[in-house]
Amino acid sequence: MMSRFSRLGHAIASAHRLMRWGACLAFLCGALLLSACEPWWLPASGAPGLVNEPGGHISVAGSTTVQPLAEKLAEAFRAAHPEAQVEIDVMGGGSSVGVTSAGQRSVDVGMSSRELKEGERAQYPDLRAVTIALDGIAVVVHPSTRVANLTTAQLRGVFAGQVADWQTLGGAAGSVFPVSREEGSGTRSAFEDMVMGKERITGRAIFMPSNGSIRTTVGHTPGAIGYLSFGYVDETVRAVAADGVAPTEANAASGAYPVVRPLILLTNGQPPPRVQAWLDFILGADGQRLVAGEGYIPISR
Amino acid sequence: MMTTRLVDRAMRCLLLAAALSAIAIVFLIGLFTLREAWPAIQQVGVWPLLSGTEWRPGQGEFGLLPMIAGSVLVTLGSLVLGVPVALGCAVFLAEVAPHAVRSVMRPCVELLAGIPSVIYGLFGLVVIVPMVRQIPVTGNSGFGLLAASIVLAVMMLPTVTNIAEDAIRAVPREYKEGSLALGTTHWQTIVGVVVPAARSGIVAAIVLGAGRALGETMAMIMVIGNSVIVPTPLDGNPATLFLSQARTLTGNVAVEINYATGLHQSALFATGVVLFALIMIVSTLAHMLMGREAEER
Repeated sequence: MMSRFSRLGHAIASAHRLMRWGACLAFLCGALLLSACEPWWLPASGAPGLVNEPGGHISVAGSTTVQPLAEKLAEAFRAAHPEAQVEIDVMGGGSSVGVTSAGQRSVDVGMSSRELKEGERAQYPDLRAVTIALDGIAVVVHPSTRVANLTTAQLRGVFAGQVADWQTLGGAAGSVFPVSREEGSGTRSAFEDMVMGKERITGRAIFMPSNGSIRTTVGHTPGAIGYLSFGYVDETVRAVAADGVAPTEANAASGAYPVVRPLILLTNGQPPPRVQAWLDFILGADGQRLVAGEGYIPISR
Repeated sequence: MMTTRLVDRAMRCLLLAAALSAIAIVFLIGLFTLREAWPAIQQVGVWPLLSGTEWRPGQGEFGLLPMIAGSVLVTLGSLVLGVPVALGCAVFLAEVAPHAVRSVMRPCVELLAGIPSVIYGLFGLVVIVPMVRQIPVTGNSGFGLLAASIVLAVMMLPTVTNIAEDAIRAVPREYKEGSLALGTTHWQTIVGVVVPAARSGIVAAIVLGAGRALGETMAMIMVIGNSVIVPTPLDGNPATLFLSQARTLTGNVAVEINYATGLHQSALFATGVVLFALIMIVSTLAHMLMGREAEER
């Protein structure tokens, strides 16, 4: 026989159980809603600086090839013009991200290590491209490889996976191991545009996600051949000549070396004065000296 | 009286909130991944995604079969190489080692677990890959499933050893004493009584090791070559399958996420969904095996 108190106790217990389940559900729903909503409680990102006053903020995003250069240029600009008090934030994300961010005005300046594609020009007709430097892509091999020169056709064959042995290329017998960047890399798409043409890079290649890791892989693997930005070539790898032209900065600047790509800063329409000031600095003598110091090829005015 | 009961209820609520947070996080991560992967799943289709052999996002081809094969093969390889060593280590630590030796060895094994995976990757790149390259098979670059399996086997050693050792230590002394009283040797006791009795714990250890292997990213992208091919034997000998380069599901995401946009990015999240599914299959398998153990007992 249930006394009044035990009935009450049971009622309280079931109410508690309901409350617990309700709390769980509310918690989960709340968490879901929070994740779906825009975080209005966070301060708006990229506060725009006023155009004519000192101080201000330039947001820069895009190619990771251009990123370290842009960071150095930002530092140099701040050191050379402390009165301007401009904050320059440089982020990565890749050339494609740089183009779309500049096109959608989510950043002030986009960085790209390749030319704009047709589709991108059509989608963002107001994009302005300023070439701030040239970057050569060097083909590198393991130091033990004796081959010093490869034609563009041979390079195409190697990276398409059609060449199995170094003997076909004039070297000592040994397997050829192509090393490439991953899909989406600006360096890779530049290499594909300028060397591969219609051929695709073989899926059997070793893929590494950065210029530095390509250098490490090629430097440690006899028989390996890869491509990386000029600035990354050092004594651990040997750079080969392409079509008889040595991969030097002089040859790249003169146009003799075939595998060169532009490093571009993109703005949507006429850039605001603070951005224009930075661009002028980059294209001036100081900026171009820094470009050369970083291993890229300065553009001649 | 009321205050202590209030405190009691409050603490229960707090603990419940903590547990719920954990569940909510897993739930939300899964939901977020699925949401980001949805465009790719819709446009490419589940079956083409899972069975496609070509992964070329630049050309709009999104087939995950090479990566699934890579992940599965490298996990199997690391289990084959690592589990015997780990079990031997566990048996040694639990049954054979004198206390002094055990007090030195156990912290050493636990130290292995503390080493960051990128260090393992570096070690693999600079030591293991050149060693594997010595195997005289044409097309063997050193990078591939074998180097990756060796690195993973070393990485899963502390996990499997610790849990298996605890499982072996948890076997009731009466079993051992009974067996020894019947006149068996120590080794016969270990093989015939202790290890079978610790079966469920050992299976749990192996499954945890497999989970660790499936989820490993950094070390993998440094030694496995990241080639987008379904691993095939390099020459006539089927054993050279493990000298083939490959790419894991985890490596697929890590290598390409930096530059991926749009459908490509969505396809990488779909890779994450497949990874989730694989790990859930492994966990469910573990639960089933352990459930059967409990029933038998």
